[in-house]
Amino acid sequence: MALNVRKFDAVVVGAGGSGLRAALQLSTAGLKTAVLTKVFPTRSHTVAAQGGVGASLGNMGEDSWHWHMYDTVKGSDWLGDQDAIEFMCRTAPEAVIELEHYGMPFDRNDNGTIYQRPFGGHSMNFGEKPVQRSCCAADRTGHAMLHTLYQRNVFANTQFFVEWMALDLIRDAEGAVVGVTALEMETGETMIFHAKATLFATGGAGRIFASSTNALINTGDGAGMAARAGIPLEDMEFWQFHPTGVAGAGVLITEGVRGEGGILLNKDGERFMERYAPTMKDLASRDVVSRAMATEIKDGRGAGPNNDYILLKLDHLGPDVINKRLPGIRESAIKFANVDPVKEPIPVVPTCHYQMGGIPTNYKGEVIVPKGGNPNSVVPGFYAAGECGCASIHGANRLGTNSLTDLLVMGKSAGDSTIAYVKAHGTHRDLPKDAGDYTLSRLNRLETQKSGESVFEVGNAMRQAMQAHCGVFRFPDMLEKGVAKIKEVAERCKHTEIKDKSKVFNTARIEALEQDNLMEVALATMISAEARKESRGAHDRADFKDREGYPNGRDDKEWLRHTLWYKEGNRLDYKPVNLKPLTVETIPPKARVY
Amino acid sequence: MKFIIERFDPDKDAKPYFKEYDIQLEPTDKMLLDALIRIKSVDDSLALRRSCREGVCGSDAMNINGKNGLACVTKIADLPDVVKLRPLPGLPIIRDLIVDMTQFFKQYHSITPFVINNDPPPEKERLQSPVDRAELDGLYECILCACCSTSCPSFWWNPDKFVGPAGLLAAYRFIADTRDQATNERLDNLEDPYRLFRCHTIMNCVDVCPKGLNPSLAIGKIKEMMVKRGV
Repeated sequence: MALNVRKFDAVVVGAGGSGLRAALQLSTAGLKTAVLTKVFPTRSHTVAAQGGVGASLGNMGEDSWHWHMYDTVKGSDWLGDQDAIEFMCRTAPEAVIELEHYGMPFDRNDNGTIYQRPFGGHSMNFGEKPVQRSCCAADRTGHAMLHTLYQRNVFANTQFFVEWMALDLIRDAEGAVVGVTALEMETGETMIFHAKATLFATGGAGRIFASSTNALINTGDGAGMAARAGIPLEDMEFWQFHPTGVAGAGVLITEGVRGEGGILLNKDGERFMERYAPTMKDLASRDVVSRAMATEIKDGRGAGPNNDYILLKLDHLGPDVINKRLPGIRESAIKFANVDPVKEPIPVVPTCHYQMGGIPTNYKGEVIVPKGGNPNSVVPGFYAAGECGCASIHGANRLGTNSLTDLLVMGKSAGDSTIAYVKAHGTHRDLPKDAGDYTLSRLNRLETQKSGESVFEVGNAMRQAMQAHCGVFRFPDMLEKGVAKIKEVAERCKHTEIKDKSKVFNTARIEALEQDNLMEVALATMISAEARKESRGAHDRADFKDREGYPNGRDDKEWLRHTLWYKEGNRLDYKPVNLKPLTVETIPPKARVY
Repeated sequence: MKFIIERFDPDKDAKPYFKEYDIQLEPTDKMLLDALIRIKSVDDSLALRRSCREGVCGSDAMNINGKNGLACVTKIADLPDVVKLRPLPGLPIIRDLIVDMTQFFKQYHSITPFVINNDPPPEKERLQSPVDRAELDGLYECILCACCSTSCPSFWWNPDKFVGPAGLLAAYRFIADTRDQATNERLDNLEDPYRLFRCHTIMNCVDVCPKGLNPSLAIGKIKEMMVKRGV
C-alpha cells in the first residue's frame, strides 16, 4: 500500500516555542513550509514555563553575556559545548528584544524597560553574587511567549497541520533526511511529507518518569523517530529534577518564587540551603538544590506526616508581591496543594522537569553524527532545536530560564540553517521506494495485535522503573538492575495491544505510538546512566563522591565527553566536549561551588 | 464513582449516546482528568484532548454537569457522586469529548491577533510603563480553551458572525496595548451588527472562565470606545 505524498520545501515537526520560532523564519523567508503539530500550537509545553527567559539586558544593574556564559558553562558542570553556549548567551538579548517587538507582554520597570528577576545559578562577575537576568511576564512567561510566537506566525501566514502526529523520519540511501510520515488524528490517515529539509522541534520526554512536571504530550517523539532512523541520542543520562514540584501532583512551582525571595525549609524550619550553598543559597543551580532537598528528606528532616517533602515558604513576601509577580503559582498551590502561599508554605519535592540531552546538533541546529572519523558530520537536510536537540548548551545541568533562551535562539538559528540549505538545494532528493513501509508495519502491528498488555500497563512499568532506578540519587547496583528491567519493559512494549481499532481521533493508537517513542528515550537514559562512571551535574552516583582531584565525584580525565546512544544493539559511543568558545577564552573546568 | 459520558464515533454511531462508567478511583486521583485517565485505562476507546494537566494549555475543556470547565483543574472532591460529561456545546463533535474548534479559532484569527506597530523597531525594547502594562492583566492570560464562547448563546446562534467572548477579549488585549497602533482599524473591524454587538451581556463567559477572566468587561470597554468614536 502506497501512501499519499505532499511536497514542501521544509517540514517543521512541533509547534512549541522552538518550532514556532523556526517556522517564523521559514515563513518570512517565503519557503513553502508545513508545520506539523500533534496539539494546537498554544497547547504545547512551552506554555507551562513560568519564571522567565534569561538574557543579559542589564536592565536592573550591570550584566554581560560573558557572565551569562560563565554561569551556563558552570551550570552545565563543564559538559556543555562552549561554542554553543557563547552563541546562545551573546544572542539572547536580541532574541528577547525581538520578542518584545512582536508584542510579548513582559513585566516592566518604572522606566519602561523589561523587568528582570534573580534566578538560580545566574550571577554577576563570574559567580560573585546573584544577578537579575530573568526577563518575565509575571510567572506566566512561557504562556505569554508561546501565544506571542503563535500570533506572530498568524501574521506571517504560517501553514499549520494541527493534530498531525509525525511517526517516522525518512532517510535516503546516503543517510540524508527527506521528510517524515505523519498521521492525521481526525481522519486516521497517514501521509508522507516529502521535504528538502526537516526540522525537529518536538520537545522533551519528561513523561518517562512517574513524577514529572511535564505535560502529558511530552513523549520524546522527535528523539524516538531519530533513534529509530539510526541517529544517536546524546547525553540522555542527564535529566533535570526541578527542586519545586508540588508534592504528590508534580505540578511546577517556579524557581522565580525563590528569585523573588522565597526560601526552602526543612521540618525544623531551618533554611538548609545555607549549609549546601553558602553564597547562592536557595538560588544555587537546580541539581545542587534538588540534591540538598533529597538529602534532607533522606536524613529524616523532611516535613509533613511522612517526612517526605520540603516546605517552600513565601508568605513573608506579602500578598502584593505574590499577586503581582507570582499569581499563577498561587493559583496552582491552591488548586493542587490545597494551601494558599500567602499564608502557608507549599509542600514541594524534586520532580523530573527537563531533558538536557537529545538529538545531537551544532549551534546552527544542524544534526551531527560521527561518520568517517569525524565526530560531528552533518546529516544533510536534518535540523533540531529546543528541548529535543542537544547543541550542547545545557550539558549536565540546565540553568533556570535557559530553556526559553535556548528555544528562541536555537529555533531561529536552526530556521536560518534550514533556509540556507533549501536555497542551496533546488530540488527534492528522491524518496526511497520503501518510504512509509516502516511506518505502515508499525501501524499494522497495532492493528493486528491481539491479547497483549495495555499501553497503560507497559507505560506504568517504564515510569516506575525510571523513577526507582534512575532518579536524583543513582546507585551502581540499582542502575545495573535498571538496565535489565528497562530492556524487559522495552520487549513488552513491542507487543502492546489497543482494543480500539477505529479511525477517527483514535487516541489509544496515538498513546501507543507515543509509548514507542518514550521507550527509546527510557532505554537511552538508563543505559547511558549506567555506563557513565562518575558524578556530574544532574547525574549523581553514590559510587562517585567528592574526593581529591574529583570535585563532587566528577572525573574530567575519563568523562569530559558526550555520550552517544544508538538504538541498534543499545550501542554506546562517545565524543569530545568542545571547550573552545567562538571568540573568548575557554572557561576551564574547576570545582563547582555555589 | 459514577460517570455518564457522551460518546460518539462518526464511523459507528448515527448519533451521540451516553455511556455509564462505575469506576474505582485511586487516592492519587485528585482531579477530574485523573478520573478520565483512569477510565481510559479500562476503556481505551474514550477520546478526549489533554496536555498540560495544570490548567494552562486549554486542551481539556468540556461540559461538566452542565457547566463548561477544564477537567484538569476540576477537583473530584468538589463533584457530586454522579458526573455527567459532554463535549463543549455548540461546536460540531468530532468524536466523544473532542469538538471541532475551527469556527472558534477562525473568530480568534479574525481580530488580527498580533501587535501592529509600523514604526521601525528600536534597537532596545519599546518602553511601556508598569501602569500601561497593567492594562493587559486580565486579558493576555487567556488560554483559548473556548469554555466562554461555547457557553454563550449569542455564539451558539451566530458562530460564523459573532466573534464571541474569547475573540473579543483578545481584540481588546491588542487595543489596550500601548505598543499597538491599529486601534481605529481594530474598531472598524468590529463595527458591524454581529461581530461585537451580538453580545447581550448574558455573562456566561465570566461565570465559566477557568482563569477568572472577564470577557464581558473587555467587550464593554470596546463598546464604549465605539460610542466615543461615534460622537
